[in-house]
Amino acid sequence: MEHAGFRPVLLGLIVLLPLAGFVINGAVALLAPARKRIVTWAGPGVLALAFALALVNFFGMLGVELEQAIVRDYWSWMPVGNLEVAAALQLDQLSMLMTLIVTGVSFVIHVYSVGYMGDDPGYARYFAYLNLFVFFMLVLVLGANFPVMFVGWEGVGLCSYLLIGFWFRDREKADAGKKAFIVNRIGDLGFMVAMLLLFTNLGSLDFEEVFRAAPATLAYGGALVTTITLFLFLGATGKSAQIPLYIWLPDAMAGPTPVSALIHAATMVTAGVYMVARTGVLFALAPVSMIVVAGIGALTALFAATIGLAQYDIKKVLAYSTVSQLGYMFLAVGVGAFGTGMFHLMTHAFFKALLFRGSGAVIHAVHGAFHHTHKEWDPQDMRNMGGLRHYLPLTWIVMWIGTLAISGVWPFAGFFSKDEIIWQAAARAVGPFAPWFTAFWAMAIAAAVLTAFYMTRLMIMTFHGEIRCGAAECTHLHEVPAVMSLPLVVLAGLSTVGGWVNMPHAIAELPVLGWLPSAEWIHAWLEPAVRPAEAILGPRLGALNEAAPLGGGEAFWAAVAFALAVVVIGVGSSVVLRWKYRPALESLEPVGLKKVLYRKWYVDEAYETLIVRPVVATSRALWRLVDEALIDNVLVNGAGYTSRAFGWAGSRLQTGQLNTYAFAVVLGALILLGFMLL
Amino acid sequence: MILDFASGLSYLWALLPEVVLSLWAMLVLLVDVFQKGERSEASRPIVTWLTLIGIVGAAAANAWLLTLEETTPTGMIALDEFRVFANFLFLLAGALFVLISTRYLEQEHLRLGELYALVLLATVGMMLFAGSRDLIVIFLALELMSVAVYVLTGVNRRDRRSAEAALKYFLLGAFSSAFFLFGVALLYGGAGTVNLALLARSIGVDGLGANALIVAGMALLAVGFGFKVAAVPFHMWTPDAYEGAPAPITGFMAAAVKAAAFAAFLRVFLTAFPGLYERWDDLVIWLAALTMVAANLVAVVQGNVKRMLAYSSVAHAGYLLVALAAASSLGAASYLFYLVVYTLMTIGAFAVVFVVGRRGEERLDLDAYSGLGWERPLLGVVMTIFLLSLAGFPLTGGFIGKVFILQAAVAKGLVKLAVVLVLTSLVSYWYYLRVAWYMWFREAPTPEAAAGVVASPSLRFALVMAAALVILLGVFPGQLLELAERSAAALAQAPSPFLGAGGN
Repeated sequence: MEHAGFRPVLLGLIVLLPLAGFVINGAVALLAPARKRIVTWAGPGVLALAFALALVNFFGMLGVELEQAIVRDYWSWMPVGNLEVAAALQLDQLSMLMTLIVTGVSFVIHVYSVGYMGDDPGYARYFAYLNLFVFFMLVLVLGANFPVMFVGWEGVGLCSYLLIGFWFRDREKADAGKKAFIVNRIGDLGFMVAMLLLFTNLGSLDFEEVFRAAPATLAYGGALVTTITLFLFLGATGKSAQIPLYIWLPDAMAGPTPVSALIHAATMVTAGVYMVARTGVLFALAPVSMIVVAGIGALTALFAATIGLAQYDIKKVLAYSTVSQLGYMFLAVGVGAFGTGMFHLMTHAFFKALLFRGSGAVIHAVHGAFHHTHKEWDPQDMRNMGGLRHYLPLTWIVMWIGTLAISGVWPFAGFFSKDEIIWQAAARAVGPFAPWFTAFWAMAIAAAVLTAFYMTRLMIMTFHGEIRCGAAECTHLHEVPAVMSLPLVVLAGLSTVGGWVNMPHAIAELPVLGWLPSAEWIHAWLEPAVRPAEAILGPRLGALNEAAPLGGGEAFWAAVAFALAVVVIGVGSSVVLRWKYRPALESLEPVGLKKVLYRKWYVDEAYETLIVRPVVATSRALWRLVDEALIDNVLVNGAGYTSRAFGWAGSRLQTGQLNTYAFAVVLGALILLGFMLL
Repeated sequence: MILDFASGLSYLWALLPEVVLSLWAMLVLLVDVFQKGERSEASRPIVTWLTLIGIVGAAAANAWLLTLEETTPTGMIALDEFRVFANFLFLLAGALFVLISTRYLEQEHLRLGELYALVLLATVGMMLFAGSRDLIVIFLALELMSVAVYVLTGVNRRDRRSAEAALKYFLLGAFSSAFFLFGVALLYGGAGTVNLALLARSIGVDGLGANALIVAGMALLAVGFGFKVAAVPFHMWTPDAYEGAPAPITGFMAAAVKAAAFAAFLRVFLTAFPGLYERWDDLVIWLAALTMVAANLVAVVQGNVKRMLAYSSVAHAGYLLVALAAASSLGAASYLFYLVVYTLMTIGAFAVVFVVGRRGEERLDLDAYSGLGWERPLLGVVMTIFLLSLAGFPLTGGFIGKVFILQAAVAKGLVKLAVVLVLTSLVSYWYYLRVAWYMWFREAPTPEAAAGVVASPSLRFALVMAAALVILLGVFPGQLLELAERSAAALAQAPSPFLGAGGN
């Protein structure tokens, strides 16, 4: 299936370059950890090359009408019975876009890490993990069938686990890694079961084959396709931190900040959104699953935003904000607007990477200052900051750009993507499920308001007002070096103009806001990739709404959203400025609703009591039951004659256990005999 | 060459690999005794080399078996690709074990050249166990293998744990052998034959399937096999015996002995009892589910790595039982493939355990693994590979093996069992990766902690080879998959009770 106009250039090499980086850096980490120069060049270098290759392919694809994905088979990976799984990569508009985001953002973050991790003794190890992560992420994105995607899916999970626990001396961080790991396993279970069901029913696991066969084989709205898609979505909720599996992501902030920016904001956590978009055909066949996806998305967006209101740890606020924004993306793909979801994924990658690295710069500076004066304060607690704009002017400016972008202020990137999601939810409120979508729309707007507020609170607490970190410390606050600030500026630029590539015509018609060039480029670009899914959705759902549930068209609500964001930021700033904060150690515990939010609705505690403890208890009980207590105490004492019969063994060994083992064999044999004969 | 088994000479040809290996075992024993003479000192390296040469020779003879053809499918010794495949597996396990155990003898200051002869004899037992079509020969092979392994378990006479494990293993093994033998007797009473193919015919053609003697005999055979493969509830001896035995021997027991028992299990049940599938399918399904769930959950709370791996090997018996429950040529193929991967990773993991344990195997707790990855990169990397593969991480052989088994199960309609497999293997990630976590994310308590953790060149070679094969089988499994499928087809095509058995 070669396309006449376009041949992918060294597609395999894009994936292999980061792997080579992993091998080089891993060897350095094990054999000569002091040779940092090699790492400094090899780590970001392979990513630069991969990004360049991705760009070459992208420009090659630009002018070509590519109707079908280009699949490259490398070798037959699993020729098992009638299952033929090839080690194959697939390039289409969707995977191209993701590849650009992954390699581009990764490259910038690798450069930033050179500065951020420069003094860390685990420098080489860090870059080895980071390269390995990018390798698996690219496998996930470019895989041409479910098993190859699963390789990447598991791989990024493993790397995330490695990187969260990177500073392993810290017990809390080790625990955070484990938590992420277990929660992700639950998600992987969903992925595996969905794969099994797909294979049993469709006889193939290749994307192309599955999506071709699915509309004919699987009944629209049937139980089977609903089950498959719900299991897939379970996988997505694990990886992309949605209710009920979101709990690992905020704790994952224990890892180094660039890792939070790359893995836990820009790339890995969006894998679930990508997966839903990739399997859009299946989801389109299951309207109930679509409702679930959209509903969970909207609920997560709102729920996480409320928690973000009351956190004091700067990275925790951003973490919950990520969970919330991922909720928006799921809302988008859940209402069938796959292109819009991918658009928000892209803009979010820009502004969230920016915000995380801005917060990294802040933490870097505050930590350095506290370290200098041996002050034992938490450098991530915003109550210990305040007024930092005088010391970190550049960080201050770029963080405000990120804040405006995420809050949805025109003309920053987030405005266009988030506004479109809200609008799509409103437009989808037709047909039998209309009331549901109306509710999702309202939740999305409420979450947008909360987003603007908690981000404003973050900015004011960190950069404005009085300085709370102490006079002696202030003299040691330093702006970041060039190797870190340059990536910040680049991302700030992208966060500003990144949304312009996809501006709806409706906005172009607005009086003041409409002068920007209008282009629905992302939609046009992704159109061939999402066409099969839309071909199923279109006829079933009928025409979309022209007006929102409360009246007014797309342009009207865009203007309203913009106005809301501006008002919240303006009013919020003045309100928060007036609140008096004190350093963390002198502060009182929050009370009332604020405490509930600060404690994150007590979800962690609930999981601990309802799930974790019972499972551990069962394991221990089973161990005792199967291997120790049952046989000894119940059976042997209850059936004394057996004991005597085998007593000769016991008396010789003096363990008193052998006879019980033998007894178990006899018992098993009896059950087995009964089983077969009766 | 076509063998008609009319003369004894035909049997000699058909048994060539076993004959070579048995004679070689005597030779190794003699050479060891003579090179030592009166002195009490360690065996010279030549004994190790000699043993390896014997294994290679047997492997060559084994390959030559492929050129042979049999005239009747009821011969006492099977001449099919299944046997050849299984034999290669046992020889590979034996070779790995020899490479590893030289370092063990050195570390424990043992002077036991007979260890090599015992390994060769145990391997002969395994080969006959998996290769015979006659229940009496199968029983003899079982005993030949088991007796050698009992002795191996107690090879370190100065170690109390080792002696205790050997005695326990021996007593319980004898006990379960009795079940097996009684099952054989009942089958003979019911069908008048102990030949697997003829048994299948009497069940299928003569309609003896409902005969209580045959069913009871089959159930007792299942108990005997269940004991050897350590399926719950016949697994009780495993943790004690595995923990007490020296780690390299534990690896050999957990991998090769179990692989042999599984291969024989598969041959007996697929050749003799396909006509009774409705009777034993539920049973195997329940055994599999019970084994997977119990073993994985119990392994989660183990703090001793050797004991954890013992439970893990029980859990893997559960996965393999899933393949048996599928009872198809696809199932048999997945079984063979998984056995190869399982053997590699299990022997490898136990080898690392004994190196880390140091002299006297005193350091078996998780804490002993703290920071190992940074102190001993080679051990850390290969152990991580083995652990990931045991857990079934993609790009390792363990993943492909599990997918293969899942596929066979799903093709047979055992979707629920497949889901149990997925679920329990996700649980297993927890305890496998905890070891990896300690190796890479914990600081070594003292810089000297790793002193004395020494891998000899032969051991390193064995570890690197096993780890490389595990990865290779995860990335390019195609060749071995096809080979396994072809070998399994030979077994499934063996006399079907309804069609092909009327010829003789």
